[in-house]
Amino acid sequence: MVTEHEVTHIAELADVGINTAELGTFTHQFNAILEYFDMLDQVRGEQAFTRDLCNVLREDVVEPSLSQEDVLRNAAHTEDGFIKAPRVM
Amino acid sequence: MEGHEICYEPDDRYNAFLTTCKKATYGPGKLTGVAVAIKDNISTRGIETTCASKILKGYIPPYDAHVVELLRQSGAAIVGKTNMDEFGMGTTTENSAFGPTLNPCDTARVPGGSSGGSAAAIAGGMVRMALGTDTGGSIRCPAAFCGIVGLKPTYGRVSRYGLIAYANSLEQIGPMGRSVTDVSTLMGVIAGYDRRDSTSYNKPYTHTPCADVKGLKVGIPGEYFGTGVDPKVATVVNTAIGRLEELGATTVPCSIPSMEYALAAYYVTCTCEASSNLARFDGVRYGPAADSKKSWHDAYREVRRAAFGTEVRRRIMLGTFALSSGYYGKYYAKAQVARENVKKDFARLFSEVDVIAGPTMPTVAFKLGEKSDPLSMYLSDILTVPVNLAGIPAISVPCGKVEGMPVGLQIMGRPFEDERVIDVAYAYEQVVT
Repeated sequence: MVTEHEVTHIAELADVGINTAELGTFTHQFNAILEYFDMLDQVRGEQAFTRDLCNVLREDVVEPSLSQEDVLRNAAHTEDGFIKAPRVM
Repeated sequence: MEGHEICYEPDDRYNAFLTTCKKATYGPGKLTGVAVAIKDNISTRGIETTCASKILKGYIPPYDAHVVELLRQSGAAIVGKTNMDEFGMGTTTENSAFGPTLNPCDTARVPGGSSGGSAAAIAGGMVRMALGTDTGGSIRCPAAFCGIVGLKPTYGRVSRYGLIAYANSLEQIGPMGRSVTDVSTLMGVIAGYDRRDSTSYNKPYTHTPCADVKGLKVGIPGEYFGTGVDPKVATVVNTAIGRLEELGATTVPCSIPSMEYALAAYYVTCTCEASSNLARFDGVRYGPAADSKKSWHDAYREVRRAAFGTEVRRRIMLGTFALSSGYYGKYYAKAQVARENVKKDFARLFSEVDVIAGPTMPTVAFKLGEKSDPLSMYLSDILTVPVNLAGIPAISVPCGKVEGMPVGLQIMGRPFEDERVIDVAYAYEQVVT
């Protein structure tokens, strides 16, 4: 069982916000879904391991890419060729 | 031919499109002048791409997805972007921020999802072919519900570069069309290697459908005809499988025991991946403006609460919870074991049979608003998610009707045998049309 307090905490961690009006519904639905997920406790077998696969990497060299103008075009706030974000502190 | 254009102004009575291109240009090539619609989670340079979410309203991609580059090179006219469940999260296209798409076969019903707009645009006669994406059935479900053909290719066969990610390890872009031939033609354009997708596999598709199924062994898993599957749907699909037998295929009863845990494994995996993928939507680089005077978390939360739909927030939270300290072993790690078991079951079966057949969906299309409880909605994906967990190819082809609504026959194949599932669907299509 997850409590409304835990759902509030998860919403904070995920930065999706939650208000009191929707908290009860979310908590109720979470418990139904998590109860269904609990069947995974019964699963037997081994964790998947990587076979016949390799990392796909390239040399770290500069290649043609999007222009600064194109990259900034969708940002709501820009300043001097940079994207302006909310303050972190 | 470069610079030709078609005038595209369809009567979109089904709300299949989020954006239409009134003047769509095209060039020479295999698909010259063919109107193709693109699901709105695939990036199109210069054409708004929203994933049916308010958080991407107004976003104009500065680049094309690999598949869109290939379509343009093939001469296709890209005529619009189709409606979908927000970020692909849904089975009905009711989770679009811009209103649901209606099913052209019965406008009181859903078209399926999440590629419901693409399916409705084809079934409603607005385009001949379209691209969809399939994370847990999102091409095959709307294909079945709208009575068209849809292929979920083998994982790796079509580049995901430019697909706005929801659950990377499960999703593939794939072709949808009125006929198996159209689906095969579109697959020929979009498949192939792309260095910008690290999971891309170098196996182009150059096949022409062949209707010969003589001697083919078709596995019929009991789980696809059991509890939760509408007996009337099962009967229609069994009749269709009978037609394959008349054509010379043999059927073999079989079992996929790991299916018991497949749906839980799928939803744990996709919500975990979603919680990570969707962290990028912050209202800073694109989307509605975050209040730059507020502190980071306050501004970020405000934008995301207002602009993400309920189902998207639910899945982000479920994934965050399942990956949180103390729960990882219980949910994510166990889901990966269950996923491996599904892969092993398919590998075992494909050493005995050539393809596996069953219904695409357990029922026909639901009424709009019929499924309001999230868990009961998730449960309707039970017959499509095993394919995504295993990364194998599967096609849905129309095989009859129940109460006037289309039913889809699902054919699943070995990894990289997309050609074979196409052939089986083509053979079936030839005898019934």
